[in-house]
Amino acid sequence: MRAKLELQENHCKGCELCVQACPRDVLAMGSNINALGYRPASIVDPEKCTGCKACALVCPEVCFTIWQVA
Amino acid sequence: MAHEMELTMVKGNEALGEAAIRAGCRFFFGYPITPQSELPAYMSRRMPEVNGTYLQAESEVAAVNMVLGAAAAGVRVMTSSSSPGYSLKQEGISYMIGSQLPAVVVNVMRGGPGLGNIQPAQGDYWQMVKGGGHGDYRMISLAPSTVQELVNLTVQAFELADKYQNPVGILADGLLGQTMEPVRFPEIKEDPGPHTKPWALTGCKGRGKRIHTSLELSPEGLEKHNIKLQAKFKVMEDEVQFEAYKCEDADLIVVAYGTAARVARAAVDAARQLGLNVGLFRPISLWPFPSAALSGLVDRGVTRFLDVEMSAGQMVEDVQLAVLGRAKVDFYGRTGGIVPTPREILNEIQKVMGGEAK
Amino acid sequence: MSKQIAGKPESMSPVVTHYCPGCSHGVVHRLVAEVLDELGLREQTVGVASVGCSVLAYNYFETDFVQAPHGRAPAVATGVKRANPNACVFTYQGDGDMAAIGTSEVIHAAVRGEKITCIMYNNSIYGMTGGQMSPTTLMGAVTATTPYGRGPEAGMPYRMAEILATTPGAAYVARTHVADVGNIVKTKRAIKKAFELQMKGVGFTMVEVLGNCPTNWGLTPSESNKYVTGEMLPYFPLGELKDVTKEVPAGVHA
Ligand SMILES: Cc1ncc(C[n+]2csc(CCOP(=O)(O)OP(=O)(O)O)c2C)c(N)n1
Ligand code: SF4
Ligand code: SF4
Ligand code: SF4
Repeated sequence: MRAKLELQENHCKGCELCVQACPRDVLAMGSNINALGYRPASIVDPEKCTGCKACALVCPEVCFTIWQVA
Repeated sequence: MAHEMELTMVKGNEALGEAAIRAGCRFFFGYPITPQSELPAYMSRRMPEVNGTYLQAESEVAAVNMVLGAAAAGVRVMTSSSSPGYSLKQEGISYMIGSQLPAVVVNVMRGGPGLGNIQPAQGDYWQMVKGGGHGDYRMISLAPSTVQELVNLTVQAFELADKYQNPVGILADGLLGQTMEPVRFPEIKEDPGPHTKPWALTGCKGRGKRIHTSLELSPEGLEKHNIKLQAKFKVMEDEVQFEAYKCEDADLIVVAYGTAARVARAAVDAARQLGLNVGLFRPISLWPFPSAALSGLVDRGVTRFLDVEMSAGQMVEDVQLAVLGRAKVDFYGRTGGIVPTPREILNEIQKVMGGEAK
Repeated sequence: MSKQIAGKPESMSPVVTHYCPGCSHGVVHRLVAEVLDELGLREQTVGVASVGCSVLAYNYFETDFVQAPHGRAPAVATGVKRANPNACVFTYQGDGDMAAIGTSEVIHAAVRGEKITCIMYNNSIYGMTGGQMSPTTLMGAVTATTPYGRGPEAGMPYRMAEILATTPGAAYVARTHVADVGNIVKTKRAIKKAFELQMKGVGFTMVEVLGNCPTNWGLTPSESNKYVTGEMLPYFPLGELKDVTKEVPAGVHA
């Protein structure tokens, strides 16, 4: 694992942009509904994350926090 | 410029500018329009001498919004215009009142409606006193009738604006703006500055962020904001100012403000010489309107008022409201930028006092 | 050992925005906030919110803020900056706010070389009022007020950045977009340059950012980003239209 990823699901509006932006299929849309009434994205395969930040760059709600792990 | 207490001959518009500087105003945003143009010209010359900022905006709309920005930053700031330009400032004034930002806004009135002409008039009473912009709001409006009073009220206007975090209007007309009279200026003051205003936008170093907005999307929230503003306006009603001249024993009282009051005073003096018991009641604060004082005159037994304006009759409605049908209110007005003469007003006085008018 | 490489900038408030799902207003807010963080400007910044979907921007930035009447943000910013020349002052406006009702204010702020940064979010529509035509709406585009598509009687969409680049007081004017990852990075670079030049006192700075409005375009977020790159880009060319710090001044694109 080269990056650690956190997704603040309760701020997510389910726009799917992060899922489409991730080149490594780390993310997928969840099946639950969050408090805002949206179906949030979720982290499904964290091991594959490279920390490329594409998800964080496209997310309009700043849901992602990413750490580079040495 | 003259030192304190020294008498100087100054034109109204320039006196207003100097008074603002003496009051600590270091920011002026304006746009040329007659008959206030000497004021921005004066500021453009004078501001650099006191390390102040004069900026000619691209329009009155821009000017008033620059005022809004500077006010939010916590400095004493002023803009001035004449009737059509003042109309354009109304949106910004409504925003400033909604956001509780202080400033001094000057209207040197001219003939209207529309482009009208550049002669002195009083047709902007409603827009200065009743609002004019959108929403429920109030603004103290001061109407001087001499150049010295213009100076005094300008200085006061800055204090009142800061005290209530609300714009204050100065309502002059083309004649007062052009009149040259001896005046004494107060000593020059520095701007108290943003650090004296716990709401000024200075950058949030060492504190939480500050926001100035007039937007409140929830009806309950906006009503709450309005209730708060109305409570403030209620307190502002204490700032009433007027002059009662020879009113003690008067049977007829002429009511007039600004330049009209200057002329009316001469007419009242002439009437007295003819043995007529006439007085002059001169509202100085047009809002708050001195209703209680007028109503007190009715309590004292006055049954007739003659309202004189350089308009088709605007303030007269406030006089009627103040006396509430308990006294007869006649009206005499000239429009088009025509200043009534003392003779004309005296004629009206005689007509009214000589029994049934007209 | 781990190092944070993405997250909420300090200059952004920890709240959810009111923007529609997938709307890029949030992305542009984040970029501005990151720039303020990186340049250490947060505590001396005064933002000016405009009227449009971003009217509530003051809720999303952890900086002082004032809300301006529709179109007047550059005049308000002028007042703030003149009163406090050490402040970092920026406006955040839509295309309706800047390119329609506020044309006069922004052009004259640029002409005077006001040391402010104006961000225009160009989604070629009036978002807040329900999707009416804006001056930047593309020809043929169907909106609430061009039900048959924008026709010649409504004029052609015009290019705000190019116009501002012709003003002598402008120090930096760029157009970017935020419809894909690479261009989000480029947009941040442009915004950073604008703020740097503002703080160096070089002159007026402006970044026009092309962005989506999925709701009023009736598209999904990803479709709306494709509209930006496929339809808007050909009409609104990207680039630094003016940069006085470059040796050869950039020409104005036609
Ligand atoms: C003086 C005035 N005129 C009109 C409006 C209504 N209005 C609010 S937002 C808006 C358009 C905003 O569009 P834009 O600037 O493109 O921003 P967006 O909502 O698309 O982000 C209009 C016309 C207003 N608030 N004030
Ligand atoms: S950082 Fe890159 S790889 Fe990791 S989840 Fe985000 S987009 Fe996918
Ligand atoms: S981009 Fe952000 S808001 Fe959109 S689905 Fe992903 S996490 Fe949610
Ligand atoms: S209406 Fe359009 S611009 Fe406004 S928040 Fe929604 S998507 Fe964004």
